[in-house]
Amino acid sequence: MSKVKPSFWGLGLAALAVFPLIVTNPTYTSIGVFALLFMACATSWNMFSGYSGYVSLGSAIFYGCGAYTMALVSTHVHMAGGAAQFWLVPLGGLVAMVVAVPVGAIALRVRRHTFVVITIALFFVFQLLAINASFTGGAAGISLPLIPWLFNYYNLPFYYVALGMVIFATVLSALVRRSRFGLQLLAIRDDEDRALGLGVRVTAVKLTGFTMSAFTIGMAGALYAMFIGQIYPQFVFEPNFDITVALMAFLGGFGTLLGPLLGGLILESSQQYLTLSFSNGSLYLILFGVLFLLVILFMPQGIVPAVSKWWVGRGEKRARESQAGTAVSTASTMKANPTVDHAPAGAKP
Amino acid sequence: MTTLLEAKDVSRSFGGVKALAGCSLSVDKGSITGLIGPNGSGKTTLFNVMTGYVKPEKGTVSFDGHDVTNARPNKIFALGVGRTFQLTRIFARISVIENMLVATQRDESWLRGLTRSKSSKSELDAAMEWLDFVGLSRLASLQAGSLSYGQRKLLELAYVLVADPDVILLDEPAGGVNLTLINEISEKILALNKGGKTFLIVEHNMEFVMKICDKVTVMHQGCDLVTGTPAEVRANPAVLDAYLGSIDDEFDEEDVSA
Repeated sequence: MSKVKPSFWGLGLAALAVFPLIVTNPTYTSIGVFALLFMACATSWNMFSGYSGYVSLGSAIFYGCGAYTMALVSTHVHMAGGAAQFWLVPLGGLVAMVVAVPVGAIALRVRRHTFVVITIALFFVFQLLAINASFTGGAAGISLPLIPWLFNYYNLPFYYVALGMVIFATVLSALVRRSRFGLQLLAIRDDEDRALGLGVRVTAVKLTGFTMSAFTIGMAGALYAMFIGQIYPQFVFEPNFDITVALMAFLGGFGTLLGPLLGGLILESSQQYLTLSFSNGSLYLILFGVLFLLVILFMPQGIVPAVSKWWVGRGEKRARESQAGTAVSTASTMKANPTVDHAPAGAKP
Repeated sequence: MTTLLEAKDVSRSFGGVKALAGCSLSVDKGSITGLIGPNGSGKTTLFNVMTGYVKPEKGTVSFDGHDVTNARPNKIFALGVGRTFQLTRIFARISVIENMLVATQRDESWLRGLTRSKSSKSELDAAMEWLDFVGLSRLASLQAGSLSYGQRKLLELAYVLVADPDVILLDEPAGGVNLTLINEISEKILALNKGGKTFLIVEHNMEFVMKICDKVTVMHQGCDLVTGTPAEVRANPAVLDAYLGSIDDEFDEEDVSA
């Protein structure tokens, strides 16, 4: 399977790159933008939570910080709506990283389940701040500068910037997985105290991973704000975002590189499609419930590990069958022509 | 002989239980020191104090002239103190070789870990060499969680060894493993000791302790009761009373002197 990987990645990237050129309907390209944003977020989330085992349910803090950075900076400097705003996307990521340092320093003092609870609590602190602080515009939200692009082509720049974000998050996650730092995160996931006793500076490693993962999520939040053009605290500091991103990674394969991408693609595009297709906006929740039940029942590790296991098993089965076939054919040949010498080369008679 | 690792007058309580009550222990450079005693006598707690996993309420711990009393485990490991655990603790979801690589750089800056690959060629070679030493090199690419209990013990020993610590603390290395593997482990310890490694070993298997240790400390109720050669300890009435009971036939003089 590892041999087909580069071509698989190339094919996937090519498919994503040509999608908006083939499917030009703005409804579908808009779904594509959302799917890519969530794929980037899920991959980035997985880079810390999947590798270290620390399941964070506070990623919306960084998404919201990125979104508010885009909104506040572009309105305060009276920026004209348009391509120049894209320069604020990395700034959104940087602000999210800065915020992640104290958030991580507090949350990472505790472990596992307590960590999950602390991240949720910190998330609500930020949501309340966004609703009540004057500079955020409160519950009324902030309107961003209007982007004067043609309706039919409006989604395209966002689509390709989001695709760039997915590539960035995936490459970063792959590099981390191959680095000593990534190995240390995996060691922390398996046994943090043991890793500490083998010289791993667990606090520094965890905080670095947490902060790094905030960057792409912050950028995604900034791009989302620019794409939507209007943000409200409850939409960017949104608890469903935390759960959705985590579920995407679990569905695709927690701790794998491909899993969060696949989970993000499947969940976000199907959610957007179902919401647009059916008047009952909550229908997708029922279908999601069914999907998750099926995944938990039949592939609890997620899609990628389950398919990978099936693929390896299939290869082994074929190898066994091929060996058995060779043995049967040799035996029948011997039976048909017992005079043929089947001793291995070099063996004594 | 010079003292390499030393705990002086260490005390530590958990709730109302006094796990260590003014315990002292010294480990000489190049020696194999045994630490024995009944269950609950404080052996593992002393190990935890000496390796930074538990902070003592009183007393000091020093290693090679450094005061490491309240140092964190990674700091103590970086100085050269490696340990194994009573219940083996390996990284089950990564491969055997990756387990080894976690320990290869015992004093590396965490920032450097971000910018470099998992291992250099020399680290990989060293890891494979130690895996070969414990007989696990053919399992290098397997997930560590799939190893048997005995293999996990050997892996834990190997990844402590790959970091090249000066002193190695082994917590019940013979616990729960078969006789063949016990002999294998004791041979490996003796071979490493000949190469200059210092050992401190907690063990309930008296044959194992008496066979390989130069010096034995007996603990009882959080205190060091007696320290001496295996023969002295075995003959001490206080030790017989507190831990060994009557002299067992299997520990005859010949076995001990051998």
